[in-house]
Amino acid sequence: MARAATNRRMLVVTLLAWTIGIVIFFPILWTALTSFKTEAEAVATPPTFLAFDWTLENYTEVQQRSDYFLHFWNSVVISVGSTLLGLLVAVPAAWSMAFVPGKRTRDVLMWMLSTKMLPPVGVLIPIYLLFRDFGLLDSRIGLVIVLTLINLPIIVWMLFTYFREIPGEILEAARMDGAGLRDEILFVLLPMAVPGIASTLLLNIILAWNEAFWTLNLSASQSAPLTAFIASYSSPEGLFYAKLSAASTMAVAPILVLGWFSQKQLVRGLTFGAVK
Amino acid sequence: MATAHSRAAARLTMSPAVVLLLGWMLIPLAMTLYFSFLRYNLLMPGTEEFIGTLNYQYFLTDPAFFAALGNTLALVGGVLVLTIAGGIGLALLLDQPFWGRGIVRLLVIAPFFVMPTVSALVWKNMLMNPVNGLFAAIAKGLGLQPFDFLAEAPLSSIILIVTWQWLPFATLILLTALQSLDRERLEAAEMDGAGALDRFVHIILPHLARAMTVVTLIQTIFLLSVFAEILVTTNGGPGTATTNITYLVYAQSLLQFDVGGGSAGGIVAVILANIVAVFLMRMIGRNLDI
Repeated sequence: MARAATNRRMLVVTLLAWTIGIVIFFPILWTALTSFKTEAEAVATPPTFLAFDWTLENYTEVQQRSDYFLHFWNSVVISVGSTLLGLLVAVPAAWSMAFVPGKRTRDVLMWMLSTKMLPPVGVLIPIYLLFRDFGLLDSRIGLVIVLTLINLPIIVWMLFTYFREIPGEILEAARMDGAGLRDEILFVLLPMAVPGIASTLLLNIILAWNEAFWTLNLSASQSAPLTAFIASYSSPEGLFYAKLSAASTMAVAPILVLGWFSQKQLVRGLTFGAVK
Repeated sequence: MATAHSRAAARLTMSPAVVLLLGWMLIPLAMTLYFSFLRYNLLMPGTEEFIGTLNYQYFLTDPAFFAALGNTLALVGGVLVLTIAGGIGLALLLDQPFWGRGIVRLLVIAPFFVMPTVSALVWKNMLMNPVNGLFAAIAKGLGLQPFDFLAEAPLSSIILIVTWQWLPFATLILLTALQSLDRERLEAAEMDGAGALDRFVHIILPHLARAMTVVTLIQTIFLLSVFAEILVTTNGGPGTATTNITYLVYAQSLLQFDVGGGSAGGIVAVILANIVAVFLMRMIGRNLDI
């Protein structure tokens, strides 16, 4: 009796959860499906769901016509580059805050987070003008610099959260044995912090990959990452649903898979360990 | 534990991050502040002159500013309410045992990883488009008149798109928090005769308070400067119906080349964000121990 009731309850919950899950996922599913249709089928009424002639021509055409790989590569360089650069600066900073905390450490951490509160639009014009004068507009280096700076507070906070869980005695012991600062960080701290650093790396690649305010405003044809490249499809002449879908699917798929793999770290990372 | 030697080392290792962030904050902000007192139009180089607070007067008395302020508040507030309420509901649902929970969880968090420009284009063209969109096809199938979302209800449509992107984040955080809830307390409460609503209000909600704080904080940071979704779907229109402060400043400075006016707007945006920030920082300062 009770068993049957539990099963019925389970069935109801399963149906409800799957329905909601599919509704939420639907725009992504629909985009992926459309990317395999011909342009005519993509706008057919009534829309076809699965029974259409599957084709890969949109994918080949997006690549051939618009240099998709250049933009894909820009996205890779900008997101990976800014994350690595950020780690390089943030690891030593997080080391000092986690292991040699002073009276002002808490304030410094809060201040760093507060720079995220600075609305990008408040500093857009000077950055735009400085970039213009230094020839950094539409350059990958310029975007790497900006994305490093805007994600730096998050990187520092995340590393700090992870480092704090490592017992300081181990680092101290290494210091007693005569390890210098550089050795202490490189050979003692980093190997122990590999999981935390990997999570930080993944999360920041995701954040940088999807960042759209700066990439849209500071890039044109040469350095445009996928965020800006996809936006160019909003012009009327670029409006082909099947091709738009193919380009979108290619832009989203890698980061979606990466995100799915790192969902647990995502919670810890983005909430700085405040939610467990 | 900290020796004088390691204190010095700490200052040294911290300095690159501090110097970079300080520079990133102060230099452009000082320039924006300076420009905001100038007549400065990129189309008329060489005509810059000091005009005092005139830019601020124009910006703050522009009806577009009030529209943008209202839109910003509606967007941030609307998305926060929808994602937190929806997130709690979804978290409660996903916390139940059912078949395929892992897969449903992946489906639900997926929109968070879709880049804003893609999500805006997909919603605009393939779902909300009154001619070719899926919603129009469904409406026609039901014998109804297709609804032109972005023309008839532009701001609500953008709130819907942004909510879709952020609901996964709220759900994920709230679900994680929910799973750390002590089950025995819930069972004890049930034994004592507390109904489902009582258990939700008196045990579950207080337990989720910290997670809700974090969701509010992180989302506010990102929602105050929503940009790509507006640029791609409506360009701030029709009229100023979907112009938020970020978009207004962008339009003024980079579309109308009015650097002075745009800078004044940028400073106003910074001040407004700081008011929100002080409030938020107080809230997390109380709720987080670092």
